[in-house]
Amino acid sequence: MSSAPAAVAMRRIDKKFGAVHANRAVDLTVAAGTVHGIVGENGAGKSTLMSILYGFYQADSGEIAIEGRPARIRNSSDAIARGIGMVHQHFMLVDTLSALDNVMLGAEPGWRLQAARAQVREKLDALMKDTGLQVRLDLNVEDLPVGERQRLEILKALYRGARILILDEPTAVLTPQETEQLFLTLRALRDRGTTILLITHKLKEIMALCDAVTVMRAGAVVLDCATADTSIDGLAQAMVGRKVNLGRDAHRAQPGAVLLRAQGLRWRDALGVARLDGVSISLRAGEIVGIAGVSGNGQSELLDALSGMLAPQEGTLDIAGRHFDPACWLTPAQARALRLAHVPEDRHTRGLVLPFGAWESAVLGYQSLPRYGGGAVMNQATMRADTADMMERYDVRPRNPGLRSSKFSGGNQQKLVLAREAVHEPQVLLVGQPTRGVDIGAIEFIHERLRAMRDAGGAVLVVSSELDEVLALADRVIVMNAGRIAGELPIDSCSEQALGRLMGGADHVAAH
Amino acid sequence: MSQPIELPRWIDLVALPAFNLALALLVSGFVVWAIGLDPVQVLALLVKGAFGSRAGVSYTLYYATTFVFTGLAVAVAFHGGLFNIGGEGQAMMGGLGAGLVALAFGSWPAAILLPLMVLAAMLFGTAWAAVPAALQAYRGSHIVITTIMFNFIASALVAYLLVDVLKEPGNMAPETRAFGPNAQLPGFHTMLGWFGIEWPRTPLNLSVLLAAAAATAVWLMLWRTRGGYALRATGFAPEAARYGGIAPQRQVMMAMAISGALAGLVGINEIAGVHNRLLPDFVAGAGFTGIAVSLIGRSHPLGIVLASLLFGALYQGGAELSFEIPAFSRDMVTTLQGLIVLFAGAMAMVAAPLFARLYGAWSRRVRAEAARG
Amino acid sequence: MDETLVGTLIASTLRVSTPLILCALAGTMSERAGVIDLGLEGKMLLTAFAAAAVGATTGSLWMALAAAIALGVALSMLHGYACVSHRGDQVVMGMAITMTAVGLTVVLGIAWFKQGGQTPPLADAVRLDPWWVGLGTALTALPFIGKTLALGFTGHNAMVYLAFVLVGAVWWLLYRTRFGLRLRATGENPAMVDAAGVSVKRLRYQALAINGVLAALAGAYLVIGLNPGFIPNMTAGRGYMALAAMIFGKWHPVGALWACLLFGFLDAASIRLQGVVLPGLGEVPVQAIQALPYVMTVVLLAGFIGQSRAPKALGVPYVKER
Repeated sequence: MSSAPAAVAMRRIDKKFGAVHANRAVDLTVAAGTVHGIVGENGAGKSTLMSILYGFYQADSGEIAIEGRPARIRNSSDAIARGIGMVHQHFMLVDTLSALDNVMLGAEPGWRLQAARAQVREKLDALMKDTGLQVRLDLNVEDLPVGERQRLEILKALYRGARILILDEPTAVLTPQETEQLFLTLRALRDRGTTILLITHKLKEIMALCDAVTVMRAGAVVLDCATADTSIDGLAQAMVGRKVNLGRDAHRAQPGAVLLRAQGLRWRDALGVARLDGVSISLRAGEIVGIAGVSGNGQSELLDALSGMLAPQEGTLDIAGRHFDPACWLTPAQARALRLAHVPEDRHTRGLVLPFGAWESAVLGYQSLPRYGGGAVMNQATMRADTADMMERYDVRPRNPGLRSSKFSGGNQQKLVLAREAVHEPQVLLVGQPTRGVDIGAIEFIHERLRAMRDAGGAVLVVSSELDEVLALADRVIVMNAGRIAGELPIDSCSEQALGRLMGGADHVAAH
Repeated sequence: MSQPIELPRWIDLVALPAFNLALALLVSGFVVWAIGLDPVQVLALLVKGAFGSRAGVSYTLYYATTFVFTGLAVAVAFHGGLFNIGGEGQAMMGGLGAGLVALAFGSWPAAILLPLMVLAAMLFGTAWAAVPAALQAYRGSHIVITTIMFNFIASALVAYLLVDVLKEPGNMAPETRAFGPNAQLPGFHTMLGWFGIEWPRTPLNLSVLLAAAAATAVWLMLWRTRGGYALRATGFAPEAARYGGIAPQRQVMMAMAISGALAGLVGINEIAGVHNRLLPDFVAGAGFTGIAVSLIGRSHPLGIVLASLLFGALYQGGAELSFEIPAFSRDMVTTLQGLIVLFAGAMAMVAAPLFARLYGAWSRRVRAEAARG
Repeated sequence: MDETLVGTLIASTLRVSTPLILCALAGTMSERAGVIDLGLEGKMLLTAFAAAAVGATTGSLWMALAAAIALGVALSMLHGYACVSHRGDQVVMGMAITMTAVGLTVVLGIAWFKQGGQTPPLADAVRLDPWWVGLGTALTALPFIGKTLALGFTGHNAMVYLAFVLVGAVWWLLYRTRFGLRLRATGENPAMVDAAGVSVKRLRYQALAINGVLAALAGAYLVIGLNPGFIPNMTAGRGYMALAAMIFGKWHPVGALWACLLFGFLDAASIRLQGVVLPGLGEVPVQAIQALPYVMTVVLLAGFIGQSRAPKALGVPYVKER
């Protein structure tokens, strides 16, 4: 056991954002020259903790010591001065400049570029040779593949003297081959003395790469040990916790006919990363399907594809007797006509038009219905009356259809959006993050409404990053990981371990 | 062009524009004083010139008519999230359209010819706005730059036509021949004459009613029709609009088409209403005034009508003033116009947070007192 | 080939292009940093007036230049205050400056000089002298191209040559200095620059300061190099043409130079081409040539003759995320 001081020692770090207790007296000790994984679901507190370490936030209480010396980190410049470097999920690069210029920017040795470039190139060549990182310095970033851009980000941090490197979900955008490449790089860096902090939710990677691991849940540390002393199952259980609550309503789903079937959905984003990688899903009448999984694994893209907001590059969709393929995909207007409704994940940019009055937001997507007038003029009276009715049925307060949408609280906004989508009696309802930012009172109400829809014979698809919520609502649970369906379990078979493994990418369970 | 700061409606629609207007007037007053004139005297003469006589009021309304058209044009585009600086060129083309119809069918009865001219003016304006709109919607070309370019292209096109093609033979000036009585909109004095009321002869003509009708129509369209709903949704929240089944590209085309048509109507006021022939530079910067009008009028038809009256008064008062005080010229009005765009447009983000803070502090105090009392 | 014709054509092109080049460089500095500048027309007009007014009253060339530059920088700082320090709309601000300039220059002109908006003609001492006249005479002796070279390239005033030098200077600033690298990055991804510890606000203000100086030089040139005094609206849309040239030149100083020369050539040639009959097209109207720069810019923007990619963060006010 080395007697060198820990590279990073965070003691009793506490941080609150309003009512949210993001970090609860967190202790974290990272030994120098090791790869240390930090695991947790969304909202576990790992991103907040690392942001505090990198100077984006200040902890409410607690201390940080870097390499044995106490440190006050007030901003990212302080962090960099302490030898801490961070590679973000969204790269901070300028596409039209060369890789070399990107590394150099902000830390140029001198005001004459040609001379500065030569100096930096020399240093970088040595660094690349030393670490085995390979980046083509003279190409523009826009011409580099994603894996190389990430290596560039690491190089940038190392160039600034980082001895402690934080990587935030680095493999989210990489192919399996690129992931292997990254692991080689990180091992080489570790062997040369760099301390690496890896934020991830992928359990296989932890076991494959890390020397030690800290599992966080609900703002606190629940497990902290060497990876040799634990297993994937142990991590899975710790990550998910005792969530399966007994005493859930004993409804036995009797799923009926298939109302929606999507096959083989594939979609790559502008960077070429596969966000949907062959997803097939069927929704039956009289069931609630929950999609669990750490967000960013394709759930949002799936919702978009099924609701017509995004046309996949491959795949088909069958609904209400109509067949769609990428050449002519479903549009949001068609979706509604086919009685498919969608409560979007982001009610502020999609679900509502905030400057509109409540009655105007309450008809968004339905403004062309015959009941609202046949010609060009909208029947405002009917719209307002409908809105008042919606507000009554879904307990939206205040009961004022004329009030600006932005003036309602988060919970009431969400109830209004749900009311709008539910009131026209859709056959299929897609819901994204139904209770994000919603107060406790409204959460139960919304859950009841979703169950009522299922009981009336509709199909409901719920995407939520809150595992509690998925387990409370779903009749069967689908877990997505890396753009694929990792597995599907009926609610009775859901155990912490099973779900944790699926969410952590450890398993692939074939659907029944 | 969305509002990231949340202010109560009355501040947003009344207090803030009034404040910005006051600032612009203050700075203009300072300039007036700096060139050795008495701002109060200038103001008094201005008001007298604009409203002090029947002729003055008529001229004011005549100018206001043109500004209503260009102001509405800018406003409709604003609501769709676009900045249409091409009003100048679209107005020119509108006049060209009306003029071509008048030259071709000048012998037709006025009851048919005049509506046809109105239609032509709107169509030509729409067409001129449609090209930059399509380039923005389908090729991503920045609409601000393309509309500015189109202003210049329109100017060159009309100049060419007036000098080389449509020029009245024997006339030294580059203008067409007179269209004839059927292509002339009745003047206000003429209309009142039908009822036996005497009114001085001014350029004020039937277009003023057309402008009122246009303002009403725009108001109805924006807040009472589906098209207007789709337009405003796109302007406020393009992603939400897409979610709501509204196609953003179509909305860009619609917004600019309506905007161009409104700007084109300037041609009716000037060409059919006053000059009865096509001549160069009948728009004379009205497209830019429209921007100022729309900014102060908060892109609302009622505000635009009021702002147009204000600017009409300034133009008319300014013309009268330049007779009385040689040192004063219409360019002072242009300066004020620019200052209004400065304060109400560009600096709006400077004042708005201040208002928000003041309002926040004031409302907190009111609530605290209510709680105590 | 008529040497005199070609020579005078080159000379006209260079003289006419100079204000375009200076303005296009000003626009490039601002827009590469991410700030749209539609106020170039107004800045040029106001600084021309300032130079003419100060030149007429003081009789000093240097005072006139100093006044113009001070005013140009002040206007750009105002632009920065509204748009960089506060999230004002950059397009609207540019329009505001131009609209105010059009009115204010005439109002002050009438008030101060009482000549209908014009300034009194500037004394020769305030105007720029032609340079290298001696060289010109010597060149005339060369066979074939001597006369062309002499007429075309010598005998211009200092500003014309300065404009070309400045193209090189701006190029060097943007592509060979640390400041230029950071500036270019600010126009593409200001968040990255901020994360690297560089102040986006300060960079943009610095870019705007240079923009103010260059625009002022363009304005001053109009009255000390071209026309001996200020005439209302003398810029006649050149500020917008310079913007078009900048876009046509893909926001690169040398590209902008070629575009300005092209547009300047069209302007110079339009008068001469009047009455000329082109095969198959008939007589080319002068207005068509006048409109050509604008038409070409639209065609380029539409992507029909290659892509013109604006700096990615252009026009978007930068708000610090955390």
